[in-house]
Amino acid sequence: MSLIEVVDLSHSYGEREILKGLNLGIDKGEAFALIGPTGAGKTTLLRIMDLLEVPGAGEIYFDGKHVPRSGKQRLEIRRRMSFIHQKPQVFNLSVYDNVACGLRWRGEKRNRIANKVDHILEMVGLEGYRNRDARTLSGGEAQRVALARALVLEPEVLLLDEPTANLDPISTAKIEQLISNVARQQNTTMIMATHDMSQGQQLSDRIGVLLDGRLVQTGNATDIFRSPTNEAVAHFVGMENILEGVVVENNEGIALVNIDGYIIQAVSGYPVGKEVYACIRPEDITLLIPDGGQQTTVKSSARNSFQSEVTRVTTLGPLSRVEIDCGFRLIALVTRISAEELNLQAGKEVYATFKATGVHIIEKGSGQ
Amino acid sequence: MTEIWDGLTKAVQLLISLDPAVMEVAGRSLTISATACLLASLICIPLGSLIHFHHFRGKRVLINIIQTLFSVPTVLVGLFLLVLLSRSGPLGELRLLFTPTAMVIGQMILITPLLLGLTISALSGVSKEIADTATSLGASGSQAIRLVLKEARYAVLAAVMLGFARAISEVGCALMVGGNIRGATRVITTVISLEAGKGNLELAIALGMILLLLALIINIVLNRLQQR
Repeated sequence: MSLIEVVDLSHSYGEREILKGLNLGIDKGEAFALIGPTGAGKTTLLRIMDLLEVPGAGEIYFDGKHVPRSGKQRLEIRRRMSFIHQKPQVFNLSVYDNVACGLRWRGEKRNRIANKVDHILEMVGLEGYRNRDARTLSGGEAQRVALARALVLEPEVLLLDEPTANLDPISTAKIEQLISNVARQQNTTMIMATHDMSQGQQLSDRIGVLLDGRLVQTGNATDIFRSPTNEAVAHFVGMENILEGVVVENNEGIALVNIDGYIIQAVSGYPVGKEVYACIRPEDITLLIPDGGQQTTVKSSARNSFQSEVTRVTTLGPLSRVEIDCGFRLIALVTRISAEELNLQAGKEVYATFKATGVHIIEKGSGQ
Repeated sequence: MTEIWDGLTKAVQLLISLDPAVMEVAGRSLTISATACLLASLICIPLGSLIHFHHFRGKRVLINIIQTLFSVPTVLVGLFLLVLLSRSGPLGELRLLFTPTAMVIGQMILITPLLLGLTISALSGVSKEIADTATSLGASGSQAIRLVLKEARYAVLAAVMLGFARAISEVGCALMVGGNIRGATRVITTVISLEAGKGNLELAIALGMILLLLALIINIVLNRLQQR
């Protein structure tokens, strides 16, 4: 049974509808990542789940019990959770007092508080900062205080709202490490909102994609990244090649899709005549150089192979993003080294190849 | 201009000699204003928090009224209280007129708008996310309010200091409801006004200096508290 369940949740701020009939169940011990662009409603959903806000419509169940819309019970339930906000708000107190707050509010004994706080400060690497004024800390340190402040409560549920959005890469790595340690050691249920897909992939068991107030897809990382259910999700998870086409033939699960007169083969059950999007991840496209210009086909297990011309090469750290024209536009991602070895540059002739299994077909107009 | 210089030297003399009459009047000023300030703070800080943290119809109007009352003339408060407390007035039975208690009440009324208004604005200066964060960490409503007050402590203390300053420096109300009775309701400001009227400028100025000195000492003490 789900530890937290929301049913038909809707919420508006004034005229603006933020959440639109959302259903979601989070299991005990699960690490769930809520991904979606800024403004999709992630924060609002987390705030409602933490009982900081009362939803406009819909119900919440915690540990099988219905959560009332007001009353003392909400405080009791809220005390079983902790929330880490995007921008850490440290209180104008010492680091120690910041971390001790939640325990004091729960009426814990003074010496137990001291033990717990010292232990958690050590865990987040702030043991030397005990008496520092929390306001004088850097962003990364402040976020560690916020994390310590939440973790010291040993919550059953930890809600994280873009916990690393404002941090530099080193602080981000530290925070991510801490979060995954806690999740593993204490079997805490975690719900994390992030716009960073790799973070979602790395820290969670299951991902939900929130777009425009709707939970459009939930599943494990592979499902979401390989098989998005609609065009919007495909865009969001980095399917840079989304081609419009029509199924013209289907031979036992291998569909031929006509894209501007070019035929690509894809694994799909859609029948002839179906209008679809063919989605190809840029890293699934291989670029080959025709040897001697004699061969017209390139030996490869890939079913799709198109003669094309490089139009642009951009370097992205260790990778190169190659834009090619093969009658339709494709984007391929190759390592910078291989881009150099193949001497890829604008005007260069290449073969773009990809497998039929590398093409994900989405029905046009689905989930819109 | 020699009066000012003479006043200064006189002030030093009075202080060094610990002139009993001056000490008594200064002590009474301090006691009455500190009591008024303390009582008003005990009412206004919680009440201000209540106003700040609750949404209700007419909140904005209420805050406007409170802020307007910052400039209520001290004599007007005195007059209002005089009517209330006079023998034939509605609270005449209490026989409070021309007592230090009446003066404390007068000063409380005088500084209540100031303390309320400044408490509200001190709390508005604390980011809403602070209260939110506290709530998400399991603070009850009153625990969250206490934390926000703590966050605003410097601004709240400044409000209290300003309230005390207005209380100890006012003369209109103290004169009207206190009556400037020797040995009973005479405070520094009423003596200054009396002595100046009698042409005793030197003594009046000296007393003014002593009042400022008193204020200085209190500020130093409160600032020390603040830094801890």
